[in-house]
Amino acid sequence: MAQATSPPDEMVEGARPVTGASPAPDAAGLGRARATGFLVPAMVLILVFLVVPAVWTIYLGVTNYRLTGLAAANPEIVGLDNYTEALGDERFRTSLLLTLQFVLGSAVIGQAGLGFAIAFALRDRRGPLRRVVEGFVLLSWILPSSVVAFLWIALLDRDAGTLNALLGIPGMAWLLDYPMLSIIIFNTWRGTAFSMMLYAAALENVPRSHLETARLAGASTWQQLRDVVFPRIRGHVLTNLLLISLWTFNDFAPFLITAGGPEQRSEILPVYVYKVALSGGELGFGAAISFIMLLINLVIALVYLRLLGRRKESA
Amino acid sequence: MSAKPRHAAGVLAAFTAVALAVTACGDSSEPAGKDAKNITLTISANAIAGGKNAAGAEWIEKWVIPRFVEAQQAKGVTAKVTFVPSGVDDEQYKTKLALDLRSKGGADVIAVDGIWVGEFVQAGYLKPLSEVAGDQVDSWEGWSQIPESVQGLGSFEDKRYGIPLGTDGRVLYYNKKLFAQAGLPADWQPKSWQEILDAGAKLKALPGVTPIQINAGTAMGEATSMQGALPLLVGAGGEIYADGKWAGASQPVKDVLDFYTKVYGGGLGDPKLQQEAKGRDKSFTEFAAGKIGILAEGDYFWRSVVNPKDGIAKMADRDTTVGYAMIPAKQPGAGIRGQDFVSMSGGGVRVLNPNSKFPSQAWELLSFMHSAEAVKAELAGATRITARTDVNKEVLAADPMLNFVAEKVLPITAYRPPLAVYPQVSVALQEATADATAGRSVDEAASAYQKKVEGIVGGAGNVTS
Repeated sequence: MAQATSPPDEMVEGARPVTGASPAPDAAGLGRARATGFLVPAMVLILVFLVVPAVWTIYLGVTNYRLTGLAAANPEIVGLDNYTEALGDERFRTSLLLTLQFVLGSAVIGQAGLGFAIAFALRDRRGPLRRVVEGFVLLSWILPSSVVAFLWIALLDRDAGTLNALLGIPGMAWLLDYPMLSIIIFNTWRGTAFSMMLYAAALENVPRSHLETARLAGASTWQQLRDVVFPRIRGHVLTNLLLISLWTFNDFAPFLITAGGPEQRSEILPVYVYKVALSGGELGFGAAISFIMLLINLVIALVYLRLLGRRKESA
Repeated sequence: MSAKPRHAAGVLAAFTAVALAVTACGDSSEPAGKDAKNITLTISANAIAGGKNAAGAEWIEKWVIPRFVEAQQAKGVTAKVTFVPSGVDDEQYKTKLALDLRSKGGADVIAVDGIWVGEFVQAGYLKPLSEVAGDQVDSWEGWSQIPESVQGLGSFEDKRYGIPLGTDGRVLYYNKKLFAQAGLPADWQPKSWQEILDAGAKLKALPGVTPIQINAGTAMGEATSMQGALPLLVGAGGEIYADGKWAGASQPVKDVLDFYTKVYGGGLGDPKLQQEAKGRDKSFTEFAAGKIGILAEGDYFWRSVVNPKDGIAKMADRDTTVGYAMIPAKQPGAGIRGQDFVSMSGGGVRVLNPNSKFPSQAWELLSFMHSAEAVKAELAGATRITARTDVNKEVLAADPMLNFVAEKVLPITAYRPPLAVYPQVSVALQEATADATAGRSVDEAASAYQKKVEGIVGGAGNVTS
């Protein structure tokens, strides 16, 4: 080995045996000053880009701050009025309900379900079929949202839409008659790739022999999934659901297709905040709703982390 | 261990570079302010080559900028003028401007809708022209050419904040070819709402034709108010704001909603089109394709939408196919001030950014853009009622449509209240038209509207019902 000639002193600093009155204060042996020096830039970045905006949002949320007009020049503190107003507002509650539908439909059932189905169906396949399927799924994931939105509008348009032409039913207004279903299918199509890849990797962890044993014992596909596959990939499932639920909850892309319409029937929370805060100019009220969204995100995350933790305990 | 110092040196070098760049921008050895020899100015407008208001964008890029730069050069000043185009919905453009101005940024000369001036001033985003650019503002030759009423578009609380571009009027456009097929006169002028509905009923017999397009709902934004609800409201003898009070669920508002139910409930209009995210643009395309019989719009439609030269939905046969008529009151004499016909007007304004680094030169640019010569160049081919009487006198005669609006429509027109709370009331009104279009009863839609307006303007005491 090349290291053979090195004197023993040149060992990694942290591994140096503690001698005399100068104990190494930390594992990396940096010393307090240098460690602080390393940490400060990260802390400053976190402060500037995370903490300050969050505090600013909380502050805005208790004011009547607006984009234009007198309230823009002299915002007044209105306490929790924005929060009580939001929670009492039918439009907010409808929006929250729509968001939950959207998350459940497109993330939990759509992306995770379809992603797993594709990964499971392709688990033993190699060669061109797998590459083509994966290629298409990935393509829908990596294309820019604005491009994809344009394609979907062209597909679903009432007068000149491709889908209507294929089905021979001109004048069917998918985006107006089924706005929520349209964006759920859109987001499923768009985001399945992540779940597919994650599950494909997870399925590699399921020992082939276990599956074969189960199959020899006469287990049906469903039984194999329930008793052999799922217990092995439970952590992956939860992690995947956590990530895609949060992403979907905060996803703005449906705005590009339906703009929240018609009559607010696809106005999920991110679109609602955009419309209230930017189009309507009510920045204070918008900030309050953003904060409520943040809290809901936290709740979602906590629920999943709880489940993950329970898994580790039982493991 | 030499890595760290090298990093530090790199960081130091970067900082120095930035510092040098910053000081280079504001080099103190050069004369600054009014006597600056090197100036940079930007112009912002909701116009873009090949898209929205393409003619305006072209005028700024190919006429204004080169000529202004040339004129400055003659004075020994190197000017760098850039145009920041936008091609978005008016609401989005407004948001962008408000955010720009709020963060002390934005272009030096900015085109805004006249109705925004009040709320921008109240927010502290705009300052009176003479405060930004000094005494040279009041001595500008152009003011004497702009009628007092038109100057009002750029004023708020008796102070000038911008120079108006001109004003506009609203009419009913109709497709003469479709009218001929439906057995309607080529020279059409309805005298009541009923006559519009009657014409619509006849057009309904034509296959694939939507008889009437009157903007409704929130997807169209302010276009619903300007081209739909408000002209109807003044036609029913009501005003959105009068004597310190906002119109609630009053009889005129109910009349307006009733008209919407008749159009969209009676199969005379396409309710789905009012819900589509790009419904207004689609209605333009459909009109140009001969699929819409009657469409209510401002003169913008004539000069920028179906304009055979550079419209966004060109109609090569515009001059022979597209007819226009005044918007009638509910019945003759039922409009505000006892009028038989009505219209709403607005207009664009160009303002100065109070945060401009070269306010004096920005004013030079702004006033240059409003000189008679520049305004005439801006018209080039298109037709528009400008703010300047001298220019109008020259070009009015050239276009029958322009003449029509200037002579028949402008004398009977009405304006929106320049108050910051107006946009919110306007949205409430748009929502009420959406309700009526979607089939809710007039009373339901009106009482929901009343409730929203009370919330917006601070209680029932400020609302008439």
